[in-house]
Amino acid sequence: MTFVRPGVLCAALAAAFPAAASAATDADLKQLREQLRELRQSYEQRIQALEQRLAETEKQASQAAVSAAEADTTASAAARSVVQVESRAAEAQAAADSVARRPTGESAFNPAVSLILDSKFTRFQRDPASYRIDGFMPSGGEVGPPRKGFSLGESELAFSANVDHLFRGNARFSLAEDDGQGTVEVEEVNVETLAMPAGLKLKAGRFLSGVGYLNQQHPHEWDFSDAPLAYKAFFGPRLQNDGLQLRWVAPTELFMEFGAEVASGERFPGAERKANGAGLWTAFAHVGGDIGESSAWRVGLSHVHSNPRERSFEDNGVNNAFSGRSQTWIADFVYKWAPNGNSSVTNFKLQGEYFQRRETGELTYDTEGVAASSAARFRPSGGYLQAVYQFMPQWRVGVRGDWLRSGTTDLGTLSAADLPILAGYDPRRQSAMVDWSPSEFSRLRLQVARDQSRNGEADNQVWLQYIMSLGAHGAHKF
Amino acid sequence: MFSKAILRLAVVLMAFAAMPASAAFNVFATVPEWAALAREIGGDKLNVFSATNALQDPHRIEAKPSLIARARSAQLVIATGAELEVGWLPVVLREAGNAAIQPGQPGYLEAASTVRLLEMPARLDRADGDVHPGGNPHIQTDPRNLLKVADALTARLSQLDPANAAAYKAGLARFSERWKAALVRWEQAAAPLRGVPVWVQHRSFPYLADWLGLKELGALEPKPGVEPSSAHLAGILERQKATPARLILRAAYARPTASEWLGERAHLPVVVLPFTVGGDAEAADLFALFDDTIRRLLAGLK
Repeated sequence: MTFVRPGVLCAALAAAFPAAASAATDADLKQLREQLRELRQSYEQRIQALEQRLAETEKQASQAAVSAAEADTTASAAARSVVQVESRAAEAQAAADSVARRPTGESAFNPAVSLILDSKFTRFQRDPASYRIDGFMPSGGEVGPPRKGFSLGESELAFSANVDHLFRGNARFSLAEDDGQGTVEVEEVNVETLAMPAGLKLKAGRFLSGVGYLNQQHPHEWDFSDAPLAYKAFFGPRLQNDGLQLRWVAPTELFMEFGAEVASGERFPGAERKANGAGLWTAFAHVGGDIGESSAWRVGLSHVHSNPRERSFEDNGVNNAFSGRSQTWIADFVYKWAPNGNSSVTNFKLQGEYFQRRETGELTYDTEGVAASSAARFRPSGGYLQAVYQFMPQWRVGVRGDWLRSGTTDLGTLSAADLPILAGYDPRRQSAMVDWSPSEFSRLRLQVARDQSRNGEADNQVWLQYIMSLGAHGAHKF
Repeated sequence: MFSKAILRLAVVLMAFAAMPASAAFNVFATVPEWAALAREIGGDKLNVFSATNALQDPHRIEAKPSLIARARSAQLVIATGAELEVGWLPVVLREAGNAAIQPGQPGYLEAASTVRLLEMPARLDRADGDVHPGGNPHIQTDPRNLLKVADALTARLSQLDPANAAAYKAGLARFSERWKAALVRWEQAAAPLRGVPVWVQHRSFPYLADWLGLKELGALEPKPGVEPSSAHLAGILERQKATPARLILRAAYARPTASEWLGERAHLPVVVLPFTVGGDAEAADLFALFDDTIRRLLAGLK
C-alpha cells in the first residue's frame, strides 16, 4: 500500500501546475479543473486504502490546506481537491467510528449516575445548635443552619434509568457526616410509570411531594443556600412521602396538572405510626403557561392532610406531644422572564409561596412527667417571596423575604408559661445572595441573611458555598 | 348537590379529553427547523408546534409548563438529538405523561440519528466544555441533511398516521424536488465561499462549513458553551495576524459582545446568520433560511 500524506500531496499538486499559477486564463483554469477532476477520480479509487491514515493526519492536512490557500489559486484548487478527498475519507471513517463506538457489554445498561458536591463556609452570630423557630411547634427535621466555619454539606448521589418499557427507577441518597459519624439518608427511591394511558402517571416509593413549588427541588437547585423559613417551619424542611402519587396532565394548551398522594405520614406534620393504611394525604393542582415569547408562569394550590398521633416535641427540656388533625394549604406561584425566552444572557425569576395550617386536637404537656392534657388549636401561617436576576452571563443576584406568623394559639387549660416555644411570635428573615456559575455544572454563592427566627435574638449570617454537579447531565424542572 | 358538582366536573373533563380529537395530527418539534420541515411535508394535515424560537439558545431551554402541556397531546416529537435538548426535553417528556412520545416509541424521532455527525469528540471530559458525546448537533446548517431528515420524518408520519400517508409522500416528493433544485442554485451562488477562512462564535456551523467548503480556523469560545475571556480573544487576534480569516460567523441567538470586539479590532466583517427558521426577518421558511444565509455570507465577503 502506498502512503501519501495530504500535505505532500497538496504540495505536489501545487508544484505540478506552475504554469497555471503564472497564466491563469479561463481556458487554462477549465483545463486545470478537468485534470483535477480526473486526478480526483483516480484518488477516489485509493480512498479505501488511505482513509485510516488520512484521518490520523487530518490536523496536518488542515494546516497544509490553510497555507496552501495563502499560496496561489492553483494551490488552493489543489487543496480543495484534497479537502474533498479528505472529507470523503472522514465520512467513511465516521461511519466506521459509529459502528466501533456502539456500546457493547453489560455496562451499557448502567443507570445514569450523578454526584452533587456541596460545601459551605459560614459565619453566624448565634450558635447554630440553639436554632429554633419561635412560635412554632418544632418539626424535628434538620432545619438549623450548618455548623460555624467550614462544613461539609450533604453530597447527593443519584441514580436513574428506565427499568423496562413500563417503569423508570430513581434513587437519590445524601451522604453526610454527623458528629464524626458518616450518615446515609435515603432522599428518594421510587419507581414511576412510563406508559400509563390518558396522561396519567403513577409514582411509588419515597418521593418529594408534588405540593407547592420548591418542595420538589433538591437543595442543589435552590436559589439560596437554605430553605425558606416557611418550609422549615411547616415541613421541616420539606415534605417527603413514602407512598403513592398519581398525577394527571390535561390535554390542553394551557398546562393543567392535578395530583394526589397517599403516604405513611411518618414525618412532620405527621408522626410515627403503628397503624395500617395511610397517615397523610395530599392533593395539588398546578396551572401554567406563557405570556408571549419572553415570560412563563405557573401557579398552584395544594392541600396536605394528616392525623398525627402523639407527635412529640421538646421544649425547654420537657417532652410534649400533639395528637389530632393537621391541615395545610399552600398557594404558590413562579414567574420567569428572559428576553425572547433566551435565558443565557439575562433572565429574571420571581417566586413566592404562602402556607396556612390549622391543627386541632389534644396537646399533652410533659409526657414523661405530669402528662397534663388539654384540647388545643393552632393556626400558623407564613410565606416567602424571592426574586433572582441574572444580570450578565454566569452572574446572578437575588433577594428573599421570609415571614411567619404563629397566629392564634389556643392551649386550653395548659399554661402558656410551660410551653415557651409556642408563645406568640412572628419570625422574620431577609436574605440576599450573589452567585457565579462558570458552567451549568458549577456554582459558587455568597449569601448574607438576617435571621430573626429566635425571639429577640437576631442572627446575622454570612454563607459561602459551592455546588458542583458531576456525571450525568441532569435536566431540571421548571 | 354533590353529585351535580361531580357531573359538571366530568363534563368539563370530557370536553378537555375531546379537544385533541378534533385537531389534526399534533407534531411537537424541539427547534424551528424541524417544525418548518414538518410543515413542508405535512402541510394542513399537521398541527405543528415549535418548542423554541430562533432567538433562543437551544442548549439553554427550560422545561416550561407550556411545553409539557403541548407534549401531552403530541402524537410525534421530533427532536435534534445528539444531546442538544438534554437539559430540558427528558423532563418535558416524563412530566407530560404521554406514553406515545417516549424515546424508543414510534412517536419519538431524533433527526441526528438519520445523518452523519461531525466533530465526534475523541475524549469525554467536561473540562472540554459542554461537549456532545454523539457529535455536533447543529446538523440543520447543511441543507443536504434536511433531505435525509425529511425522508425519516415522512416515513414516521406515514407509520403513525396511515390515513394521510399518500399526502405525506406527495409532500415529500414536492419538497425534495424543490429542495434539490435549490441546492444546485445555492451551491452555484456559494462558489466564491469555497476555502474562505472564518472564525465562528460557537461551533454552530461545522455542517455549513462542510457543505460550502468554508475553512473554520477556530471558535471564539475557548470551550463549547464557555464565554470567551478578553485574554482568549486577544490570543485569537494574534492568530488572526498569522493566519487571517475573512469573516466571523455568529448565530442570531448568540451574544454579540465577543464577535463585535474581534471584528472591530481585526477589521473583519461579523456575519450574523439566521441559524434556523425565524432567525431574522428574511428567514421565514427553510428555503428562505438558506437563501438568506448565503446572501449574508456573500455580502460579508465584499
